[in-house]
Amino acid sequence: MLAQRIAQQSLRRLAAQPNAYRFAAPAAIATGAFNTSQRRLVAAQAVPEHEARDSILAKQRLNRPVAPHLAIYQPQITWYGSAFNRITGCVLSGGFYIYGALYLIAPVLGWHVESAVVAASFAAWPVILQILAKTSVGFFFTFHCMNGIRHLTWDTASMITNKKVAQTGWFVVGASALGALALAFI
Amino acid sequence: MALRLASRRFAPQVFRRGMATTIEHTKEPIAATAEATSASRPPIPANKTSTEHEPKKDENSRIKTFNIYRWNPDEPASKPKMQSYTLDLNKTGPMMLDALIRIKNEVDPTLTFRRSCREGICGSCAMNIDGRIPTDTAKDSKIYPLPHTYVVKDLVPDLTQFYKQYKSIKPYLQRDTPSPDGKENLQSKEDRRKLDGLYECILCACCSTSCPSYWWNSEEYLGPAVLMQSYRWIADSRDEKTAQRKDQLNNSMSLYRCHTILNCSRTCPKGLNPALAIAEIKKSMAFA
Repeated sequence: MLAQRIAQQSLRRLAAQPNAYRFAAPAAIATGAFNTSQRRLVAAQAVPEHEARDSILAKQRLNRPVAPHLAIYQPQITWYGSAFNRITGCVLSGGFYIYGALYLIAPVLGWHVESAVVAASFAAWPVILQILAKTSVGFFFTFHCMNGIRHLTWDTASMITNKKVAQTGWFVVGASALGALALAFI
Repeated sequence: MALRLASRRFAPQVFRRGMATTIEHTKEPIAATAEATSASRPPIPANKTSTEHEPKKDENSRIKTFNIYRWNPDEPASKPKMQSYTLDLNKTGPMMLDALIRIKNEVDPTLTFRRSCREGICGSCAMNIDGRIPTDTAKDSKIYPLPHTYVVKDLVPDLTQFYKQYKSIKPYLQRDTPSPDGKENLQSKEDRRKLDGLYECILCACCSTSCPSYWWNSEEYLGPAVLMQSYRWIADSRDEKTAQRKDQLNNSMSLYRCHTILNCSRTCPKGLNPALAIAEIKKSMAFA
């Protein structure tokens, strides 16, 4: 009984496959035994891959909102440190390039941006502003340098564990703050 | 961000970034679909939406508020919102998923989220939460879909791109030579040990969607989860297509958009280390 059932089921399964006729005896096809299969396949409309990819999906996506990201992600030393590393790098190199370009075109425009002039005009600032400016530029510099060492270390595939990353991250924040203060009061 | 999108659409071809081809058989960047981006719509904050309350409140209740991201595709023009629900923690299990299931069962059956195994095996229920339910009832818990994914409905993200990227790295054993005994491809215990911490990945996409670099470049950058799986096959002593696998990553986008931000390892619910795997790939490519 059981064997008969299994044989019947496997026959049905065979019949459900599109190329089942290849394995079936010609007589079986002639009597139409395979067309009375009780198995019904899911009726689905075929969609060419490129259409599914380009039009249907794209249309759906136009409606879908993007889940909130930057504004809601928990502040952590990992990505805040990385973002600050990039900001400090941009500010420092941007300042360097702007000053360099100014220095180049200064003779043409008749401006004076030589070191002595810059130093003299800086000395004319109020002391509190001087300290603030020196500390912040100093912090940008010390942070970027020390964090750069972290990144170089990671490129050798060492010190990458959650614990070490947090430790070195906060160490760099502390050390660069101290370094900035030291630079400001030199 | 707006500028970036604008330049991507309208800039002349010479100024556009070189695209990384990730689907080999089409030779067409999967960026084609990702170009159809919708504007980022921040959700309406919880204090401007209604609150659904705990149905079985009593005098001993420890009522905690859950703010959950909602968006209904049947009203595509409507803005996403943060819907508030209150639950009695005494009647709710310790996990965020317990709270979500209880809300769906007893408060609001329209709340939509994926879940299956509820024990960190299938990776279906990945979403942005604050860990276990914090027992401090004074603070609200916020639940969002995976960051910077397209939202299908409520907490369900569209991971099509993620799976396509996974497929593009050919995550299966590739060998030309038959196995020595015709049955198995053996490897030493040391070689097997190299795969520990790599094969356990459940592809929940928590790490990829925690990565700011993946937020901005998900159409071309593969992201930590897929790169770790790529490394799982690069590190496998039985695989014979290591050079091709590395060659596929050797462009400006696929691998090198990783800027060692390290959110990925920080967020992995299985305690794996995708950042280390990516660093190992970079190292092996630099010294190859």
